[in-house]
Amino acid sequence: MKAAFTVFKKEVRESLRDRRALLNTLLVGPLLGPLLFLIMIRVVVQQEIKTAEQPLPVAVQGAQRAPQLIAALQAAGAEIHVAPADPAAAIRAEELELALVIPADYAEDWQAGRPATVYLYDDSSRKEADRNIRRLQAMLAHYSHQTGALRLMVRGIAPLVATPVLVAERDQATPASKGAMLFMMLPYLLILTTFIGGMFLAIDATAGERERQSLEPLFATPVRRESFLAGKVLATSAFAGTSVAMSLLAFLVVGQFLPTADLGLSIDLGGRFLALVVPVMVPLVFFVSALQTFVAGFAKTFREAQTHLGLLQIVPVVPVLLVTILPFKTATWMYAIPLVGQQLVITRALRGDPVGLLPEVLVISATLVIAGIAYRAALSAYRSERLAIAG
Amino acid sequence: MIEVRHLSKRYGSVTAVRDVSFIARDGEITGLLGPNGAGKTTTLRMLYTLIRPDSGRVLIDAEDAATDPLAARRRLGVLPDARGLYRRLTARENIAYYAELHGLDTATAQQRINALIERLGMHAIADRRTEGFSQGERVKTAIARALVHDPANVVLDEPTNGLDVLATRALRDFLHSLKREGRCVLLSTHVMQEVAALCDRVVVIAQGHVVATGTPDELRAQTGETSLEEAFMRLIGNGEETA
Repeated sequence: MKAAFTVFKKEVRESLRDRRALLNTLLVGPLLGPLLFLIMIRVVVQQEIKTAEQPLPVAVQGAQRAPQLIAALQAAGAEIHVAPADPAAAIRAEELELALVIPADYAEDWQAGRPATVYLYDDSSRKEADRNIRRLQAMLAHYSHQTGALRLMVRGIAPLVATPVLVAERDQATPASKGAMLFMMLPYLLILTTFIGGMFLAIDATAGERERQSLEPLFATPVRRESFLAGKVLATSAFAGTSVAMSLLAFLVVGQFLPTADLGLSIDLGGRFLALVVPVMVPLVFFVSALQTFVAGFAKTFREAQTHLGLLQIVPVVPVLLVTILPFKTATWMYAIPLVGQQLVITRALRGDPVGLLPEVLVISATLVIAGIAYRAALSAYRSERLAIAG
Repeated sequence: MIEVRHLSKRYGSVTAVRDVSFIARDGEITGLLGPNGAGKTTTLRMLYTLIRPDSGRVLIDAEDAATDPLAARRRLGVLPDARGLYRRLTARENIAYYAELHGLDTATAQQRINALIERLGMHAIADRRTEGFSQGERVKTAIARALVHDPANVVLDEPTNGLDVLATRALRDFLHSLKREGRCVLLSTHVMQEVAALCDRVVVIAQGHVVATGTPDELRAQTGETSLEEAFMRLIGNGEETA
């Protein structure tokens, strides 16, 4: 075991001297995710707040033909401007988001009680205009419905007759679970960090050592292969673990700056979150490190190993897809699937949902078992004669 | 002392080494001489237990390499064909890593490393990262690394490969000094001058088996040739006839 520690020290020291690797595994990898996340959420929230409060600018052509409609729109929060002569061209040129054209026969139709047509010019392919268009449509529909109800009343008919079906939405999302929808990315980013954090070291310590032909003299020393493997997997785990720890820390800090209150959300990114998540991440770090050491061991060159481990990074996407896309009801046995179990625990912890002792124990033991399997596989690769012989 | 008895190794249908036996004695330099692909590297690799022989035995100071490979490796200093160093570590750190792997305590390691740096004239490069080292500087570092645990037996695979005249000269002097210290030095080479300049005993190997053994003088007498090179050509030629 003393030799394993010697190997561990050397691998860590060597990797610490590689500025590129250090930057990637200890700074960019764990911090980029939380930062992007913070920026994204802030942008979404700002937009939400802005559009709810700000007046909706509407360019209108022929406003004088429908003073009542214009007044109703203004009352609902519209800011009326005079539309250019050719509103369609202005929208195509992206000078305008939307325009309302009230034609010359509007007043005549209105007086006669016929449906009076107004033209809404927009471009549905422009996503950013979507919200404003829907807002204007809702204002117009509301005015139309209100006027219709008035007309029925004038004719002595209860307006309710015109509403045969009433839809009342009862949204069951709690503030916290709404937050978790926004936070769907976080479990994935956290799990991905375990793959990124130790990747460089895993490659350098196996395929890299093979490529620069230092494995053969190394294996001529009186040290068991087990010790080399143990030292290398431990060093990889140390880097991956540091990466995950920094990522967690960054998420906790980011959590303080999230405008969750503005959205009426509550997200649990505190002590309870850590207490639930850290125990399931530790075995995952060992599993991923052993797996990467095993996979990189098959590659002859650094580049080749990079390709293999790049493909391996697709693995953490799978549970995200399973949990989000498939309409699975969470069952206890799912916690026994490594990665899926972590995904579930992190998501629940984030929502503030309870995580039982059994699920927690299931995740930890299942991940430890598969880590053991990956380690054994790496060991048999390390014992093979072919490993040391370069080229 | 290194003793090799009836060593054989096959890769699929190709026989790399067939029934190779020889003895490398303490206080002597033994040369494993043969053309490229003759099985020299494979023989040496079985000797330092990197690969397992299909049959035959290797004894390092009477320690059986198959039954106790760790004990055998402890008695060996190895300069393999692959001289790989860690680029981001200095020469001194590269050597120190091996000292630690051999279980040396820090004080002994320090003392040995300093002595080797002195002996190999590595002062100027000792504390530089090995990235960008010349071939000669790499070989020096790799040799220091192989000898840091003060082994009684030293195995070198083509030690002068890629070295310039000056570095070759220095290396030969160094190997002679190892011999004078009473160590058993075993090296492989395909260069005739090497054998003439260095070796007390020669094992000529061709197509995976030993075709002749003896001192350079004995080989010349055996083949009836006055030059060692002619003797070598004749020996390898004989090997081809019998194969």
